[in-house]
Amino acid sequence: MSILINKSSKVVVQGITGRDGSFHAEQMKKYGTNVVGGVTPGKGGSKVAGIPVFNSVEEAVKKTKANTSVIYVPPAFAVDAIYEAADAGIKLIVCITEGLPANDMMKVYDYIKDKDCRLIGPNCPGLISVDQSKVGIMPGTIVKKGPVGVVSRSGTLTYEAIWALTSAGIGQTTCIGIGGDQIIGTNFIDVLTMFENDPATKAVVMIGEIGGSDEEEAAKFVKNKMTKPVVGFIAGRTAPPGKRMGHAGAIISGGSGTAEEKVAALEKAGIPVAASPTMLPDLIKEKMAEARKKSKGSKKTKAAGKTTKSAKVKKTVKAKKTAKAKKAPKKTTKTKKTRAKK
Amino acid sequence: MKIHEYQAKEIFANAGIPVPPGDIAETVADAVALAEKYGRPVMVKSQVHVGGRGKAGGVKYAENVEAARVWAQKIIGMDIKGLTVKKVLITEAVDIVTESYVGIVIDRASKRPVVMVSPAGGIDIEEVAAKTPEKIMKYAVDPTYGLRGFEAWKLGAFLYRDPKLIRQAAAIIQKLYEVYWDVDASLVEINPLITTPDSKVIAIDAKINIDDNGLFRQKDISAMRDLDAEDPAEVEAREADLSFVNLTGSIGCIVNGAGLAMATMDLVKYYGGEPANFLDIGGSSNPQKVLTAMKIILSDKNVRSILINIFGGITRCDDVANGIVMAYEELKPEIPIVVRLTGTNEAQARKILKSVNLESADTLDNVVKQAIKLADAV
Repeated sequence: MSILINKSSKVVVQGITGRDGSFHAEQMKKYGTNVVGGVTPGKGGSKVAGIPVFNSVEEAVKKTKANTSVIYVPPAFAVDAIYEAADAGIKLIVCITEGLPANDMMKVYDYIKDKDCRLIGPNCPGLISVDQSKVGIMPGTIVKKGPVGVVSRSGTLTYEAIWALTSAGIGQTTCIGIGGDQIIGTNFIDVLTMFENDPATKAVVMIGEIGGSDEEEAAKFVKNKMTKPVVGFIAGRTAPPGKRMGHAGAIISGGSGTAEEKVAALEKAGIPVAASPTMLPDLIKEKMAEARKKSKGSKKTKAAGKTTKSAKVKKTVKAKKTAKAKKAPKKTTKTKKTRAKK
Repeated sequence: MKIHEYQAKEIFANAGIPVPPGDIAETVADAVALAEKYGRPVMVKSQVHVGGRGKAGGVKYAENVEAARVWAQKIIGMDIKGLTVKKVLITEAVDIVTESYVGIVIDRASKRPVVMVSPAGGIDIEEVAAKTPEKIMKYAVDPTYGLRGFEAWKLGAFLYRDPKLIRQAAAIIQKLYEVYWDVDASLVEINPLITTPDSKVIAIDAKINIDDNGLFRQKDISAMRDLDAEDPAEVEAREADLSFVNLTGSIGCIVNGAGLAMATMDLVKYYGGEPANFLDIGGSSNPQKVLTAMKIILSDKNVRSILINIFGGITRCDDVANGIVMAYEELKPEIPIVVRLTGTNEAQARKILKSVNLESADTLDNVVKQAIKLADAV
């Protein structure tokens, strides 16, 4: 299993005749992605790496039944490309392009929020559901099939983290980069919700960076709503305030959005934060071992309650409590007390 | 990108937002000439890209021409938070009855532009937000419809009771919202928006930050960039399409990708070193870019070792290796350089690096430790 994309995803590449578009269309195809078409206005009828090119997304959807689109067009046209994909009925739009004006993106967000469609990015590396489908620019060579979901605001830092996991023998379900801009279509909580509901995902690695408060919101969500273990990394502990650290979204402004605040929020929510991406595998192993111990104590309840989502979550929480109570009753009361204080 | 107060006021004036008359002076003589021209008390205001100019002594009231001369002499050439004042704005002083705050920023949570107004103007708005949040009204605007008249009125009514003042404020706030969209701003701010004894509402300060991603369609705004007011190394980096921020440490960093660049810097600090910079060479990096990056970092005299960390995806390691060899030949660096190249075309890169006796380290942690050790030994 995986989230967002799988073997049956039919992908159309917007900007397929460009340098990046053609290169990555071929890379995606090689990985096994079902690339059904490309779009470049005025170049319909031609082919790129054996992939048919259409003049519009609408035409591509009509002829190929594409449900997923990936955007490589230059920044000046990328906003239009998102609108076009949404209007053509694409369900998942992945915008790789970097440099989209934030004010335009606010309008885009407003437009698609009521549609049956999800936007990932812009300014993101895309996603891979391991051994099934790759949409975007992540190198397919660094992933390995396994139980960990990866979600990140970054690009190459995500690769570093995935590579650390793979090198340590820990595989992944889906790895996704949600983008480094201020206004993005899909945030941490959206992805965490999907990982929580994906049976194949047993634990999650979350990679954040300075700027905004998405990590803090996500930490609250993990604490209150998630049963699966999450470990984290936050980039930008050495970033000075007021300077844009490459990504449009990576900026400490008015004293908020600092790495310290984010690390503290994560730790408070029980999410251990690695000092280096190379330390993530050990943290995830530890957390998964803990979770396994807990679930061993609750096998009976688990087997009984697989009918509805809410029931499942409730049961696991219950199971957690009993497991904890058996092991260290004193500790449980302690945590309860501190929680009550807050 | 930041622009100066006098440039922001020009934009305001063109949009119909009332600002006091003023002009820019780069010399004391020019400042005096302007004070003479206005023939009444003026403000002498330093034009630098930092906040807190007033507190630093960079904004002064001059009763007469002689006072304007004295203040201009003091302020031009003055250092404010590490930036030298090269220009002052001479603007007519106005009598102030009340001071308010009006600002528009992107709200990342609601994904909408948010208009903020406060009757407690003239001071740092973050201070107001921390101490007396009830004195701030925030209003998220639907970006599709823009700020409508009745919404602007509501905001104006949070500042004033007199309908005459509310009407003026509402018009100003609506125009400010238009400016925000027209120039692709990431922030517009009037602090303070004042009222005069004859019941006029005027913007006596102006701040506009531009979203860099919008600059491609903002030719007039791009032309306002004041290279004098920026770090020369950062200007050179931008021209080479490198993302660069100067810091004060001794370990120069060259990395691909912003997140990885930050993580690498953090790791330098974690292992006891201090990063000298943030530098992201970007995605498809050609050898020339690596050479420019090395040039910029080598010109920083605080740098005692250089750390190159590349995770090849689109970026090809052999391209980067070729750039490093070019830099060795052209720049003949005297400080140690450590490299870690992994990913696309890693094997070719290792071969190329052999020609300058460089070896790629195996892990991120090891290359960072190595860079610190070598910097300490210099």
